Amino acid sequence: MKGIFKGYILFALLMLAATLLFGLLASWVFLYPQSFNNSFPFQQLRPMHVSAALFWIISGATCCTIFFSNEAFSVYNKSKKGIHAFIGLWIVTIITVFIYYFRKEYGGREYWEFPSWLSIPLLVSWILFMVSYYKPWLAIANKKPMYLIMWATGILFFFLTFLEQNLWHIDWFRQSYLRELTVQWKANGSMVGAWNQMIYGSSLYLMVKISGDKSIAETKQVQFFYFLSLTNLMFNWGHHIYNVPTANWVRHVSYFISMTEWLFFISMIRSFRSKLDEYKIHNHLIPYKFLSISELWLFLNLTLALMMSIPAINRYTHGTHITVAHAMGTTIGINSMILLGAIGYILRIEEINKREKKLIQYAFTVTQISFFIFWISLIAAGILKGYRSVELNMSNFQEMMYPVLRVLTVFSIAGIFVVLGLLLIIIIYLKRLWMIRTEAFGSK
Amino acid sequence: MFLRIWILLFLVFLSYTIYLYINCDTGRQIPVERAVVAGRDLWQKKNCQACHQLYGLGGYMGPDLTNITRTKGENSTAIFIKYGTGKMPNLQLSDAEVQNLVAYLSWVDKSGTSKVPENKVHWSGTYLIDTKQ
Ligand code: HEC
Ligand code: HEM
Repeated sequence: MKGIFKGYILFALLMLAATLLFGLLASWVFLYPQSFNNSFPFQQLRPMHVSAALFWIISGATCCTIFFSNEAFSVYNKSKKGIHAFIGLWIVTIITVFIYYFRKEYGGREYWEFPSWLSIPLLVSWILFMVSYYKPWLAIANKKPMYLIMWATGILFFFLTFLEQNLWHIDWFRQSYLRELTVQWKANGSMVGAWNQMIYGSSLYLMVKISGDKSIAETKQVQFFYFLSLTNLMFNWGHHIYNVPTANWVRHVSYFISMTEWLFFISMIRSFRSKLDEYKIHNHLIPYKFLSISELWLFLNLTLALMMSIPAINRYTHGTHITVAHAMGTTIGINSMILLGAIGYILRIEEINKREKKLIQYAFTVTQISFFIFWISLIAAGILKGYRSVELNMSNFQEMMYPVLRVLTVFSIAGIFVVLGLLLIIIIYLKRLWMIRTEAFGSK
Repeated sequence: MFLRIWILLFLVFLSYTIYLYINCDTGRQIPVERAVVAGRDLWQKKNCQACHQLYGLGGYMGPDLTNITRTKGENSTAIFIKYGTGKMPNLQLSDAEVQNLVAYLSWVDKSGTSKVPENKVHWSGTYLIDTKQ
């Protein structure tokens, strides 16, 4: 592969590092806003953190999709120019986004808080990617392996949801606040499903590679779960807005669809043991570790998500840090772990020396333990706030938040160790990226 | 077979989307006055959403503001926005800007109530919210 692709991996890893640093800062600014309101206020750090996180995940997911698709059907070799144009425009636009954030200029839409004209170059670069990807993809004769379908689905739905996410520019959508809110959360909710298609596709591909068993990706069961997750992508987003007084059927549909996720849950419990046997670890110990820990996080977060998707429980959890636990639990525990495993595979991370392997091992343990404390304290903070605001019906915000902030101090301290652990892993990855010979990269 | 299921699902998705766009709100017209539009733009430009929620959505540093003009009144809301507190920054807004923000928050308030009262929870776990009121 070309240096440009290496540059793209570098960019994705740097986005992860930026996510961590801005997140760490934001967590302390949250506790002591008075000291930062005039320099680095929360309304600046939160978008920097959240945008960096989204761009890390989407960039990481496209990195993996491009690399693995190239192994599967030479997409990169066939559409090099288009993919390079995508990478170039994508990176330049994202850097511009951060320049605006540094200048404290915002567009103020949740998760996409940059001036909205920047959505145009992002969209153009995605279209370049789509065209470059689908041309060779359509020509594949055998589309049996489900990862091929999952990658293509993710790319398509990212495009659709990104468009939908910008419909608010049309005045009709803003005539009613309920409509505006519904469309925005429909788009944001489904977009998560879109990048998950790319990431789970990559993780399925890796399982095939690590175990050497092609049939894993072609079973009826994998097909069934593909359709189930596609249905959820399309219709389950309503759990974000249960409390919004839209028509009642909006709630009923998403409540019903969200509950089908119990099927994932049951299947996970049933296959937990057999999954472990399925992997033949041989030469891929590090990617394997990341993939298997992501399964544990999937299990924990699915439990939480299923609970939150019951409106009667959502009444307590909505608008509290339980939502943040869910958001970061899934983006760190599942998405980032799979991406780090997959990027490790791309970098042939097994070839690093023994000392560095030990360091990764160590950093991995620190990350998981501190992340667990991080996650639990967000849940605890959320339960406390839910109880105080709904059950005790407290209306004085300061008074309500007082004990919640105590719990969040634990979160912020645990966050320091999450950052240290992940940064160490990033540094070792970056060193490996630097050492690896460009042409040896994904040569096929 | 696979392709057929896919296309069918996609068509259901498209129809649902269009139906939803047209029918998701309550059909009650709440006029969008000029001050509301100005306030809405300012809300986005100042990124109030990073610290506040509307209908529970947004950042969690400050309180949910969906119904703040109803519970605290427009005047006290305006004072908060104008001067901030220790934790809420003073954003150096002019009086006109503050009034526009208050108009926007009142407009949002009229769309409904953020907290779902207990008697709206159905035994099956879902909510039945009377959207006609
Ligand atoms: C840095 C985060 C931050 C930003 C940005 C911010 N606020 Fe606040 N706001 C807070 C906090 C924290 C409180 C609670 C303050 C307190 O109780 O002392 C608050 C309180 C308020 C209140 C009073 C709520 C009540 O329950 O009495 C209003 C109204 C308000 N903010 C409006 C706004 C508007 C409008 C904007 C955008 C122009 C904005 N805020 C931007 C943090 C922020
Ligand atoms: C890979 C690493 C990370 C990812 C992908 C990530 C992702 C996210 C996402 C998606 C949100 C939005 C949550 C929501 O709106 O519900 C968020 C919020 C936040 N994150 Fe992270 N995060 C990461 C690491 C961290 C770390 C290490 C810290 C702190 C030490 C942190 C602190 C915060 C804070 C303070 C918020 C704002 C919560 C609020 O609105 O009150 N994050 N993060």
